[in-house]
Amino acid sequence: MEKRVIFKGWMLPALLLLPQIVITAVFFFYPAGQAIWQSMFVPDPFGLKTQFVGLGNFEYLLGDPFYRASFVTTAIFSSLVTLVSMGVALYLAILADRLIKGSGTYRTLLIWPYAVAPAVAGVLWMFMFNTRVGVASWYLGLLGYDWNHVLNEAEAMGLVVVASSWGRISYNFLFFLAGLQAIPRSVIEAAAIDGAKFWTRFRTIVWPLLSPTTFFLLVVNVVYAFFETFGVIHTITAGGPQQATTILVYKVYSDGFVSQDLGSSAAQSVILLLLVGILTVIQFKFIERRVHY
Amino acid sequence: MSEQRGMVERRGLGHWFTHLGLIIGVLFIFFPIWLAFVASTVTQADIVQPPMPLLPGGHFIENYTEALVSGVNAPVATMMFNSLIMALGITIGKIVISLTSAFAIVYFRFPGRTIFFWLIFLTLMLPVEVRIVPTYEVIANFGMLNSYSGLIFPLIASATATFLFRQFFLTVPDELTEAARVDGASPMQFFWHILLPMSRTNIAALFVILFIYGWNQYLWPLLITTDPSMNTIVMGIKQMFPSGDDLADWPVIMATSILAMVPPVIVVISMQKLFIRGLVDSEK
Repeated sequence: MEKRVIFKGWMLPALLLLPQIVITAVFFFYPAGQAIWQSMFVPDPFGLKTQFVGLGNFEYLLGDPFYRASFVTTAIFSSLVTLVSMGVALYLAILADRLIKGSGTYRTLLIWPYAVAPAVAGVLWMFMFNTRVGVASWYLGLLGYDWNHVLNEAEAMGLVVVASSWGRISYNFLFFLAGLQAIPRSVIEAAAIDGAKFWTRFRTIVWPLLSPTTFFLLVVNVVYAFFETFGVIHTITAGGPQQATTILVYKVYSDGFVSQDLGSSAAQSVILLLLVGILTVIQFKFIERRVHY
Repeated sequence: MSEQRGMVERRGLGHWFTHLGLIIGVLFIFFPIWLAFVASTVTQADIVQPPMPLLPGGHFIENYTEALVSGVNAPVATMMFNSLIMALGITIGKIVISLTSAFAIVYFRFPGRTIFFWLIFLTLMLPVEVRIVPTYEVIANFGMLNSYSGLIFPLIASATATFLFRQFFLTVPDELTEAARVDGASPMQFFWHILLPMSRTNIAALFVILFIYGWNQYLWPLLITTDPSMNTIVMGIKQMFPSGDDLADWPVIMATSILAMVPPVIVVISMQKLFIRGLVDSEK
Protein backbone atom coordinates (compact mmCIF):
# COMPACT_ATOMS: atom_id res chain seq x y z
CA MET A 1 0.00 0.00 0.00
CA GLU A 2 1.39 3.38 -1.04
CA LYS A 3 0.34 6.98 -0.73
CA ARG A 4 -0.81 8.73 -3.91
CA VAL A 5 -0.15 12.16 -2.54
CA ILE A 6 3.34 12.76 -1.25
CA PHE A 7 5.75 15.57 -0.47
CA LYS A 8 8.88 16.33 -2.44
CA GLY A 9 12.49 16.46 -1.31
CA TRP A 10 14.90 14.12 0.39
CA MET A 11 16.68 16.33 2.93
CA LEU A 12 13.71 16.54 5.26
CA PRO A 13 12.88 12.81 5.26
CA ALA A 14 16.55 11.99 5.76
CA LEU A 15 16.58 14.29 8.78
CA LEU A 16 13.37 12.78 10.10
CA LEU A 17 14.75 9.26 9.79
CA LEU A 18 18.14 10.09 11.24
CA PRO A 19 17.40 9.59 14.97
CA GLN A 20 15.93 6.16 14.44
CA ILE A 21 18.66 5.12 12.02
CA VAL A 22 21.43 6.19 14.39
CA ILE A 23 19.91 4.57 17.46
CA THR A 24 19.11 1.37 15.60
CA ALA A 25 22.58 1.21 14.05
CA VAL A 26 24.46 1.81 17.29
CA PHE A 27 22.30 -0.14 19.71
CA PHE A 28 20.89 -2.80 17.47
CA PHE A 29 22.72 -3.65 14.26
CA TYR A 30 26.21 -3.19 15.62
CA PRO A 31 25.62 -5.41 18.70
CA ALA A 32 23.72 -7.99 16.66
CA GLY A 33 26.63 -8.07 14.19
CA GLN A 34 29.05 -8.34 17.11
CA ALA A 35 27.12 -11.32 18.45
CA ILE A 36 27.49 -13.12 15.13
CA TRP A 37 31.17 -12.13 14.89
CA GLN A 38 32.03 -13.11 18.48
CA SER A 39 30.26 -16.42 18.07
CA MET A 40 33.09 -17.50 15.76
CA PHE A 41 35.95 -16.79 18.17
CA VAL A 42 37.29 -18.12 21.44
CA PRO A 43 39.52 -16.10 23.77
CA ASP A 44 42.89 -17.70 24.62
CA PRO A 45 43.34 -18.82 28.25
CA PHE A 46 44.92 -15.51 29.24
CA GLY A 47 42.19 -13.44 27.62
CA LEU A 48 44.79 -11.50 25.64
CA LYS A 49 43.67 -12.30 22.15
CA THR A 50 40.98 -14.32 20.47
CA GLN A 51 41.26 -17.15 18.03
CA PHE A 52 39.01 -17.78 15.07
CA VAL A 53 37.18 -21.08 15.39
CA GLY A 54 34.49 -20.76 12.72
CA LEU A 55 31.50 -22.78 13.75
CA GLY A 56 33.50 -24.37 16.55
CA ASN A 57 31.47 -22.68 19.28
CA PHE A 58 28.27 -23.99 17.77
CA GLU A 59 29.67 -27.49 17.44
CA TYR A 60 30.82 -27.38 21.02
CA LEU A 61 27.45 -26.07 22.21
CA LEU A 62 25.43 -28.68 20.40
CA GLY A 63 27.62 -31.39 21.90
CA ASP A 64 27.45 -29.86 25.37
CA PRO A 65 25.08 -31.87 27.58
CA PHE A 66 24.30 -28.79 29.69
CA TYR A 67 23.24 -26.81 26.64
CA ARG A 68 21.14 -29.65 25.35
CA ALA A 69 19.57 -30.00 28.77
CA SER A 70 18.79 -26.29 28.68
CA PHE A 71 16.98 -26.80 25.37
CA VAL A 72 14.85 -29.53 26.88
CA THR A 73 14.20 -27.40 29.97
CA THR A 74 13.12 -24.50 27.76
CA ALA A 75 10.81 -26.74 25.75
CA ILE A 76 9.15 -28.14 28.88
CA PHE A 77 8.98 -24.76 30.57
CA SER A 78 7.51 -22.86 27.65
CA SER A 79 4.99 -25.60 26.81
CA LEU A 80 3.79 -25.66 30.40
CA VAL A 81 3.60 -21.87 30.70
CA THR A 82 1.69 -21.62 27.43
CA LEU A 83 -0.65 -24.44 28.36
CA VAL A 84 -1.38 -23.24 31.90
CA SER A 85 -1.78 -19.55 31.11
CA MET A 86 -3.90 -20.15 28.01
CA GLY A 87 -5.95 -22.92 29.61
CA VAL A 88 -6.92 -20.91 32.66
CA ALA A 89 -7.52 -17.80 30.55
CA LEU A 90 -9.76 -19.65 28.10
CA TYR A 91 -11.76 -21.16 30.94
CA LEU A 92 -12.30 -17.75 32.56
CA ALA A 93 -13.07 -16.12 29.21
CA ILE A 94 -15.72 -18.72 28.42
CA LEU A 95 -17.32 -18.08 31.80
CA ALA A 96 -17.20 -14.29 31.38
CA ASP A 97 -18.61 -14.58 27.86
CA ARG A 98 -21.64 -16.43 29.19
CA LEU A 99 -22.63 -13.50 31.35
CA ILE A 100 -25.01 -11.00 29.85
CA LYS A 101 -24.07 -8.35 32.35
CA GLY A 102 -20.94 -7.95 34.37
CA SER A 103 -18.32 -9.36 32.02
CA GLY A 104 -16.78 -5.86 31.96
CA THR A 105 -16.39 -5.89 35.74
CA TYR A 106 -14.62 -9.23 35.68
CA ARG A 107 -12.45 -8.00 32.86
CA THR A 108 -11.32 -5.05 34.97
CA LEU A 109 -10.64 -7.37 37.90
CA LEU A 110 -8.71 -9.84 35.79
CA ILE A 111 -6.59 -7.70 33.46
CA TRP A 112 -4.53 -5.59 35.78
CA PRO A 113 -1.99 -8.25 36.80
CA TYR A 114 -0.69 -7.69 33.27
CA ALA A 115 0.96 -4.61 34.75
CA VAL A 116 2.86 -6.62 37.37
CA ALA A 117 6.43 -7.20 36.22
CA PRO A 118 7.49 -10.85 35.86
CA ALA A 119 10.29 -10.20 38.34
CA VAL A 120 7.79 -8.86 40.91
CA ALA A 121 5.51 -11.85 40.26
CA GLY A 122 8.55 -14.01 40.92
CA VAL A 123 9.15 -12.35 44.29
CA LEU A 124 5.47 -12.76 45.28
CA TRP A 125 5.41 -16.47 44.51
CA MET A 126 8.81 -17.04 46.03
CA PHE A 127 7.48 -15.45 49.22
CA MET A 128 4.40 -17.68 49.26
CA PHE A 129 6.46 -20.82 48.80
CA ASN A 130 9.51 -19.76 50.79
CA THR A 131 10.76 -22.80 52.67
CA ARG A 132 11.17 -20.86 55.91
CA VAL A 133 8.35 -18.33 56.03
CA GLY A 134 6.04 -19.14 53.08
CA VAL A 135 2.34 -19.48 53.80
CA ALA A 136 1.74 -22.01 51.05
CA SER A 137 4.67 -24.20 52.03
CA TRP A 138 3.60 -24.03 55.69
CA TYR A 139 0.06 -25.23 54.92
CA LEU A 140 1.47 -27.90 52.63
CA GLY A 141 3.59 -28.97 55.57
CA LEU A 142 0.43 -29.32 57.68
CA LEU A 143 -0.92 -31.67 55.04
CA GLY A 144 2.25 -33.69 55.38
CA TYR A 145 3.90 -32.47 52.19
CA ASP A 146 7.45 -31.24 52.58
CA TRP A 147 7.79 -28.48 49.98
CA ASN A 148 11.32 -27.46 49.07
CA HIS A 149 11.83 -25.91 45.66
CA VAL A 150 15.40 -25.01 46.56
CA LEU A 151 16.34 -28.69 46.45
CA ASN A 152 13.59 -30.39 44.49
CA GLU A 153 13.87 -29.93 40.73
CA ALA A 154 10.27 -30.72 39.86
CA GLU A 155 8.96 -28.35 42.51
CA ALA A 156 11.29 -25.61 41.29
CA MET A 157 10.00 -26.07 37.74
CA GLY A 158 6.40 -26.12 38.96
CA LEU A 159 6.88 -22.89 40.88
CA VAL A 160 8.49 -20.93 38.03
CA VAL A 161 5.79 -22.20 35.65
CA VAL A 162 2.97 -21.04 37.93
CA ALA A 163 4.65 -17.71 38.67
CA SER A 164 5.25 -17.10 34.94
CA SER A 165 1.72 -18.10 33.96
CA TRP A 166 -0.02 -16.13 36.69
CA GLY A 167 0.44 -12.62 35.26
CA ARG A 168 0.07 -13.88 31.73
CA ILE A 169 -3.50 -15.07 32.33
CA SER A 170 -4.72 -11.46 32.09
CA TYR A 171 -3.26 -10.98 28.66
CA ASN A 172 -4.64 -14.24 27.27
CA PHE A 173 -8.00 -13.66 28.94
CA LEU A 174 -8.34 -10.30 27.22
CA PHE A 175 -7.71 -11.74 23.77
CA PHE A 176 -9.83 -14.85 24.32
CA LEU A 177 -12.75 -12.78 25.60
CA ALA A 178 -12.51 -10.46 22.60
CA GLY A 179 -12.33 -13.48 20.30
CA LEU A 180 -15.38 -15.10 21.93
CA GLN A 181 -17.39 -11.91 21.83
CA ALA A 182 -16.66 -11.55 18.13
CA ILE A 183 -18.44 -14.83 17.39
CA PRO A 184 -21.96 -13.96 16.19
CA ARG A 185 -24.58 -14.84 18.80
CA SER A 186 -26.98 -15.93 16.09
CA VAL A 187 -24.74 -18.83 15.04
CA ILE A 188 -24.54 -20.15 18.58
CA GLU A 189 -28.26 -19.63 19.17
CA ALA A 190 -29.10 -21.44 15.95
CA ALA A 191 -27.05 -24.42 17.11
CA ALA A 192 -28.72 -24.30 20.51
CA ILE A 193 -32.16 -24.31 18.91
CA ASP A 194 -31.09 -27.34 16.90
CA GLY A 195 -30.45 -28.97 20.23
CA ALA A 196 -26.66 -28.81 20.42
CA LYS A 197 -25.47 -28.94 24.02
CA PHE A 198 -22.71 -26.72 25.37
CA TRP A 199 -19.82 -29.07 24.60
CA THR A 200 -21.06 -29.83 21.11
CA ARG A 201 -21.41 -26.11 20.39
CA PHE A 202 -17.98 -25.44 21.80
CA ARG A 203 -16.30 -28.20 19.82
CA THR A 204 -18.03 -27.59 16.50
CA ILE A 205 -18.55 -23.83 16.43
CA VAL A 206 -16.73 -21.84 19.08
CA TRP A 207 -13.35 -23.59 18.99
CA PRO A 208 -12.91 -23.46 15.19
CA LEU A 209 -13.99 -19.80 15.06
CA LEU A 210 -11.64 -19.01 17.90
CA SER A 211 -8.64 -20.72 16.29
CA PRO A 212 -7.01 -17.57 14.82
CA THR A 213 -6.95 -16.08 18.33
CA THR A 214 -5.67 -19.33 19.80
CA PHE A 215 -2.90 -19.66 17.26
CA PHE A 216 -1.86 -16.07 17.69
CA LEU A 217 -1.73 -16.47 21.46
CA LEU A 218 0.21 -19.70 21.11
CA VAL A 219 3.06 -17.97 19.32
CA VAL A 220 3.00 -14.88 21.51
CA ASN A 221 3.06 -16.97 24.67
CA VAL A 222 5.93 -19.12 23.50
CA VAL A 223 7.91 -15.96 22.77
CA TYR A 224 6.94 -14.64 26.21
CA ALA A 225 8.07 -17.86 27.90
CA PHE A 226 11.36 -17.81 25.98
CA PHE A 227 12.41 -14.26 26.80
CA GLU A 228 10.31 -12.31 29.23
CA THR A 229 10.33 -14.89 32.00
CA PHE A 230 13.97 -14.18 32.78
CA GLY A 231 12.86 -12.08 35.76
CA VAL A 232 10.85 -14.95 37.22
CA ILE A 233 13.69 -17.45 36.91
CA HIS A 234 16.28 -15.04 38.24
CA THR A 235 14.26 -14.08 41.31
CA ILE A 236 12.95 -17.53 42.27
CA THR A 237 15.54 -20.16 41.39
CA ALA A 238 18.49 -18.49 39.63
CA GLY A 239 18.41 -21.42 37.21
CA GLY A 240 18.70 -24.10 39.87
CA PRO A 241 18.60 -26.57 41.46
CA GLN A 242 21.20 -28.35 39.33
CA GLN A 243 20.27 -26.16 36.36
CA ALA A 244 16.75 -27.63 36.40
CA THR A 245 15.23 -24.26 35.51
CA THR A 246 18.03 -22.86 33.34
CA ILE A 247 16.15 -21.81 30.23
CA LEU A 248 18.07 -20.64 27.15
CA VAL A 249 17.89 -16.93 27.91
CA TYR A 250 19.05 -17.54 31.43
CA LYS A 251 22.00 -19.51 30.11
CA VAL A 252 23.02 -16.70 27.74
CA TYR A 253 23.06 -14.45 30.79
CA SER A 254 24.85 -16.82 33.16
CA ASP A 255 27.48 -17.92 30.61
CA GLY A 256 28.06 -14.38 29.38
CA PHE A 257 28.01 -12.41 32.60
CA VAL A 258 28.56 -14.85 35.40
CA SER A 259 31.14 -17.20 33.81
CA GLN A 260 32.33 -14.63 31.24
CA ASP A 261 32.41 -17.20 28.45
CA LEU A 262 31.81 -14.67 25.68
CA GLY A 263 32.24 -16.89 22.63
CA SER A 264 29.78 -19.44 23.88
CA SER A 265 27.32 -16.81 25.04
CA ALA A 266 27.48 -15.10 21.65
CA ALA A 267 26.90 -18.39 19.86
CA GLN A 268 23.90 -18.97 22.11
CA SER A 269 22.61 -15.51 21.23
CA VAL A 270 22.84 -16.39 17.55
CA ILE A 271 20.92 -19.63 18.09
CA LEU A 272 18.23 -17.74 20.01
CA LEU A 273 18.15 -15.18 17.25
CA LEU A 274 17.42 -17.92 14.73
CA LEU A 275 14.70 -19.33 16.98
CA VAL A 276 12.97 -15.95 17.28
CA GLY A 277 13.32 -15.52 13.53
CA ILE A 278 11.59 -18.83 12.90
CA LEU A 279 8.81 -18.02 15.37
CA THR A 280 8.26 -14.62 13.76
CA VAL A 281 8.11 -16.12 10.28
CA ILE A 282 5.61 -18.72 11.44
CA GLN A 283 3.51 -15.99 12.89
CA PHE A 284 3.68 -13.87 9.77
CA LYS A 285 2.95 -16.71 7.44
CA PHE A 286 -0.11 -17.92 9.23
CA ILE A 287 -1.76 -14.92 10.68
CA GLU A 288 0.03 -11.85 9.47
CA ARG A 289 0.36 -10.39 12.88
CA ARG A 290 3.47 -9.14 14.57
CA VAL A 291 4.69 -9.46 18.11
CA HIS A 292 7.46 -8.09 20.19
CA TYR A 293 8.72 -5.40 22.26
CA MET B 1 -37.59 -23.79 24.12
CA SER B 2 -37.06 -22.08 27.42
CA GLU B 3 -34.49 -24.67 28.45
CA GLN B 4 -32.55 -24.16 25.24
CA ARG B 5 -32.56 -20.40 25.69
CA GLY B 6 -31.17 -21.11 29.10
CA MET B 7 -28.36 -23.11 27.54
CA VAL B 8 -27.15 -20.04 25.74
CA GLU B 9 -27.79 -17.30 28.24
CA ARG B 10 -27.38 -19.20 31.47
CA ARG B 11 -30.01 -18.16 33.93
CA GLY B 12 -30.70 -19.60 37.36
CA LEU B 13 -28.33 -22.11 38.89
CA GLY B 14 -25.86 -22.19 36.00
CA HIS B 15 -25.65 -18.43 36.21
CA TRP B 16 -24.35 -18.67 39.78
CA PHE B 17 -21.86 -21.34 38.86
CA THR B 18 -20.52 -19.02 36.20
CA HIS B 19 -20.04 -16.27 38.77
CA LEU B 20 -18.53 -18.74 41.21
CA GLY B 21 -15.97 -19.90 38.64
CA LEU B 22 -15.01 -16.33 37.83
CA ILE B 23 -14.75 -15.33 41.48
CA ILE B 24 -12.42 -18.27 42.13
CA GLY B 25 -10.31 -17.07 39.20
CA VAL B 26 -10.23 -13.52 40.53
CA LEU B 27 -9.24 -14.77 43.99
CA PHE B 28 -6.44 -16.89 42.52
CA ILE B 29 -5.14 -13.80 40.73
CA PHE B 30 -5.49 -11.60 43.79
CA PHE B 31 -4.14 -13.88 46.49
CA PRO B 32 -0.37 -13.43 45.96
CA ILE B 33 -0.82 -9.66 45.90
CA TRP B 34 -3.02 -9.69 48.98
CA LEU B 35 -0.40 -11.73 50.80
CA ALA B 36 2.34 -9.31 49.79
CA PHE B 37 0.19 -6.44 51.00
CA VAL B 38 -0.46 -8.11 54.34
CA ALA B 39 3.26 -8.84 54.73
CA SER B 40 4.00 -5.18 54.10
CA THR B 41 1.81 -4.14 57.05
CA VAL B 42 3.09 -6.46 59.77
CA THR B 43 6.40 -6.86 61.59
CA GLN B 44 9.27 -9.16 60.73
CA ALA B 45 8.45 -11.18 63.86
CA ASP B 46 4.92 -11.86 62.54
CA ILE B 47 6.35 -13.28 59.34
CA VAL B 48 9.21 -15.39 60.60
CA GLN B 49 6.90 -17.41 62.82
CA PRO B 50 4.75 -19.14 60.24
CA PRO B 51 2.01 -19.09 59.43
CA MET B 52 1.95 -15.35 58.94
CA PRO B 53 -1.39 -13.55 59.51
CA LEU B 54 -3.76 -13.28 56.56
CA LEU B 55 -5.18 -9.91 57.59
CA PRO B 56 -3.29 -6.60 57.50
CA GLY B 57 -1.49 -5.44 60.62
CA GLY B 58 -0.84 -1.97 61.95
CA HIS B 59 2.65 -1.27 60.61
CA PHE B 60 1.73 0.07 57.19
CA ILE B 61 3.12 3.57 57.62
CA GLU B 62 6.22 2.38 59.44
CA ASN B 63 7.20 -0.22 56.81
CA TYR B 64 6.49 1.96 53.81
CA THR B 65 8.32 4.90 55.31
CA GLU B 66 11.32 2.71 56.02
CA ALA B 67 11.30 1.35 52.47
CA LEU B 68 10.88 4.73 50.80
CA VAL B 69 13.36 6.61 52.96
CA SER B 70 16.11 4.07 53.64
CA GLY B 71 15.32 0.80 51.82
CA VAL B 72 18.04 -1.86 51.97
CA ASN B 73 20.77 -0.80 49.55
CA ALA B 74 19.21 2.42 48.32
CA PRO B 75 16.03 4.32 49.26
CA VAL B 76 13.07 2.93 47.33
CA ALA B 77 12.01 6.48 46.50
CA THR B 78 15.27 6.84 44.54
CA MET B 79 14.67 3.56 42.73
CA MET B 80 11.12 4.61 41.85
CA PHE B 81 12.42 7.87 40.48
CA ASN B 82 14.93 5.94 38.34
CA SER B 83 12.17 3.66 37.08
CA LEU B 84 10.03 6.65 36.23
CA ILE B 85 12.82 8.32 34.24
CA MET B 86 13.58 5.07 32.45
CA ALA B 87 9.93 4.32 31.64
CA LEU B 88 9.22 7.86 30.45
CA GLY B 89 12.48 8.02 28.51
CA ILE B 90 11.73 4.81 26.65
CA THR B 91 8.11 5.78 26.05
CA ILE B 92 8.67 9.33 24.85
CA GLY B 93 11.86 8.52 22.96
CA LYS B 94 10.32 5.65 21.09
CA ILE B 95 7.14 7.54 20.23
CA VAL B 96 9.04 10.61 18.97
CA ILE B 97 11.54 8.81 16.75
CA SER B 98 8.83 6.47 15.47
CA LEU B 99 6.46 9.28 14.56
CA THR B 100 9.07 11.16 12.55
CA SER B 101 10.46 8.13 10.76
CA ALA B 102 7.02 6.75 9.94
CA PHE B 103 6.12 10.16 8.53
CA ALA B 104 9.27 10.13 6.37
CA ILE B 105 8.63 6.60 5.12
CA VAL B 106 4.98 7.12 4.28
CA TYR B 107 4.93 10.68 2.93
CA PHE B 108 8.17 10.92 0.96
CA ARG B 109 9.90 9.13 -1.87
CA PHE B 110 13.67 9.09 -1.58
CA PRO B 111 16.44 6.76 -2.63
CA GLY B 112 16.89 3.83 -0.28
CA ARG B 113 13.46 4.25 1.26
CA THR B 114 12.60 0.57 0.94
CA ILE B 115 15.95 -0.45 2.40
CA PHE B 116 15.45 1.82 5.39
CA PHE B 117 12.03 0.38 5.87
CA TRP B 118 13.30 -3.19 5.87
CA LEU B 119 16.25 -2.38 8.10
CA ILE B 120 13.92 -0.91 10.66
CA PHE B 121 11.55 -3.78 10.18
CA LEU B 122 14.29 -6.33 10.93
CA THR B 123 14.52 -5.00 14.47
CA LEU B 124 11.00 -6.19 15.15
CA MET B 125 12.39 -9.67 15.43
CA LEU B 126 15.06 -9.34 18.07
CA PRO B 127 14.40 -8.52 21.71
CA VAL B 128 17.27 -7.07 23.71
CA GLU B 129 17.58 -10.36 25.59
CA VAL B 130 19.32 -12.12 22.70
CA ARG B 131 22.05 -9.54 22.20
CA ILE B 132 22.83 -8.63 25.79
CA VAL B 133 26.59 -9.21 25.80
CA PRO B 134 27.53 -7.07 22.77
CA THR B 135 24.99 -4.39 23.68
CA TYR B 136 26.50 -4.28 27.14
CA GLU B 137 29.95 -3.75 25.58
CA VAL B 138 28.66 -0.86 23.48
CA ILE B 139 27.22 0.81 26.56
CA ALA B 140 30.42 0.18 28.52
CA ASN B 141 32.57 1.65 25.72
CA PHE B 142 30.44 4.77 25.65
CA GLY B 143 30.84 5.10 29.41
CA MET B 144 27.09 4.78 29.76
CA LEU B 145 27.00 2.20 32.57
CA ASN B 146 24.99 3.47 35.55
CA SER B 147 23.38 6.21 33.48
CA TYR B 148 19.86 6.96 32.33
CA SER B 149 20.90 7.08 28.69
CA GLY B 150 22.42 3.60 29.06
CA LEU B 151 19.13 2.36 30.51
CA ILE B 152 17.01 3.99 27.84
CA PHE B 153 18.67 3.90 24.41
CA PRO B 154 19.10 0.16 23.79
CA LEU B 155 15.42 -0.35 24.57
CA ILE B 156 14.34 2.32 22.11
CA ALA B 157 16.17 0.54 19.29
CA SER B 158 13.20 -1.38 17.96
CA ALA B 159 10.67 -0.55 15.33
CA THR B 160 7.35 -1.78 16.68
CA ALA B 161 6.05 1.75 17.11
CA THR B 162 7.34 2.86 13.70
CA PHE B 163 5.44 0.03 12.15
CA LEU B 164 2.29 0.93 14.02
CA PHE B 165 2.37 4.58 12.98
CA ARG B 166 3.15 3.59 9.39
CA GLN B 167 0.03 1.44 9.34
CA PHE B 168 -2.02 4.27 10.77
CA PHE B 169 -0.65 6.96 8.46
CA LEU B 170 -1.52 4.80 5.47
CA THR B 171 -5.18 4.97 6.49
CA VAL B 172 -5.21 8.78 6.64
CA PRO B 173 -7.18 10.02 3.59
CA ASP B 174 -5.08 11.51 0.79
CA GLU B 175 -7.58 14.35 0.46
CA LEU B 176 -6.24 15.84 3.66
CA THR B 177 -2.71 15.93 2.32
CA GLU B 178 -3.99 17.34 -0.95
CA ALA B 179 -5.92 20.09 0.83
CA ALA B 180 -2.93 20.94 3.00
CA ARG B 181 -0.72 21.24 -0.04
CA VAL B 182 -3.22 23.40 -1.91
CA ASP B 183 -3.33 25.68 1.11
CA GLY B 184 0.45 25.95 0.91
CA ALA B 185 1.27 24.02 4.08
CA SER B 186 4.83 22.75 4.38
CA PRO B 187 5.38 19.04 5.17
CA MET B 188 6.16 19.85 8.78
CA GLN B 189 3.06 22.02 9.12
CA PHE B 190 1.01 19.15 7.78
CA PHE B 191 2.71 16.78 10.23
CA TRP B 192 2.24 19.11 13.17
CA HIS B 193 -1.26 20.45 12.57
CA ILE B 194 -3.00 17.55 10.87
CA LEU B 195 -1.21 14.24 11.32
CA LEU B 196 -0.28 14.58 14.99
CA PRO B 197 -3.75 15.61 16.21
CA MET B 198 -5.22 12.72 14.22
CA SER B 199 -2.79 10.27 15.84
CA ARG B 200 -3.70 11.36 19.36
CA THR B 201 -5.50 8.17 20.36
CA ASN B 202 -2.83 5.93 18.85
CA ILE B 203 -0.12 7.83 20.66
CA ALA B 204 -1.98 7.61 23.96
CA ALA B 205 -2.60 3.89 23.57
CA LEU B 206 1.03 3.27 22.74
CA PHE B 207 2.07 5.44 25.67
CA VAL B 208 0.24 3.15 28.09
CA ILE B 209 1.79 -0.02 26.68
CA LEU B 210 5.31 1.38 26.45
CA PHE B 211 5.18 2.85 29.94
CA ILE B 212 4.40 -0.56 31.40
CA TYR B 213 7.05 -2.15 29.21
CA GLY B 214 9.67 0.35 30.35
CA TRP B 215 8.74 0.28 34.03
CA ASN B 216 8.84 -3.52 34.15
CA GLN B 217 12.27 -4.00 32.56
CA TYR B 218 14.44 -6.35 34.57
CA LEU B 219 17.39 -7.89 32.75
CA TRP B 220 18.78 -4.72 31.23
CA PRO B 221 18.88 -2.60 34.41
CA LEU B 222 20.28 -5.65 36.21
CA LEU B 223 23.25 -5.66 33.85
CA ILE B 224 24.11 -2.02 33.58
CA THR B 225 23.26 -0.50 36.96
CA THR B 226 25.85 -1.68 39.46
CA ASP B 227 25.49 1.45 41.57
CA PRO B 228 22.53 0.95 43.95
CA SER B 229 21.50 4.59 43.57
CA MET B 230 20.88 3.89 39.84
CA ASN B 231 18.86 0.69 40.40
CA THR B 232 15.30 0.63 39.17
CA ILE B 233 12.67 -0.60 41.58
CA VAL B 234 11.74 -3.77 39.67
CA MET B 235 15.32 -5.00 39.52
CA GLY B 236 16.17 -3.57 42.95
CA ILE B 237 13.81 -5.88 44.85
CA LYS B 238 15.95 -8.93 44.21
CA GLN B 239 19.02 -6.98 45.34
CA MET B 240 17.35 -6.46 48.72
CA PHE B 241 17.68 -10.13 49.60
CA PRO B 242 20.78 -10.87 51.63
CA SER B 243 23.23 -13.36 50.20
CA GLY B 244 23.70 -16.53 52.17
CA ASP B 245 21.56 -17.58 55.07
CA ASP B 246 20.69 -14.22 56.58
CA LEU B 247 17.04 -13.50 57.03
CA ALA B 248 15.49 -11.18 54.46
CA ASP B 249 13.75 -8.04 55.68
CA TRP B 250 10.36 -9.27 54.47
CA PRO B 251 8.09 -6.35 55.48
CA VAL B 252 10.32 -3.84 53.69
CA ILE B 253 10.82 -6.11 50.66
CA MET B 254 7.09 -6.72 50.35
CA ALA B 255 6.34 -3.01 50.74
CA THR B 256 8.79 -2.42 47.90
CA SER B 257 7.07 -5.08 45.76
CA ILE B 258 3.74 -3.35 46.28
CA LEU B 259 5.29 0.03 45.44
CA ALA B 260 6.81 -1.50 42.29
CA MET B 261 3.41 -2.52 40.96
CA VAL B 262 1.38 0.53 41.95
CA PRO B 263 2.33 2.89 39.07
CA PRO B 264 1.79 0.45 36.16
CA VAL B 265 -1.38 -0.94 37.76
CA ILE B 266 -2.80 2.56 38.15
CA VAL B 267 -2.00 3.23 34.51
CA VAL B 268 -3.77 0.05 33.38
CA ILE B 269 -6.87 0.57 35.49
CA SER B 270 -7.32 4.28 34.92
CA MET B 271 -6.71 4.02 31.19
CA GLN B 272 -8.27 0.66 30.58
CA LYS B 273 -9.76 1.51 27.18
CA LEU B 274 -6.50 2.93 25.87
CA PHE B 275 -4.59 0.02 27.36
CA ILE B 276 -6.73 -2.58 25.60
CA ARG B 277 -6.55 -0.65 22.38
CA GLY B 278 -2.77 -0.34 22.67
CA LEU B 279 -2.42 -4.04 23.37
CA VAL B 280 -4.53 -5.04 20.40
CA ASP B 281 -2.90 -2.45 18.11
CA SER B 282 0.61 -3.40 18.97
CA GLU B 283 0.03 -7.09 18.47
CA LYS B 284 -1.83 -7.19 15.22
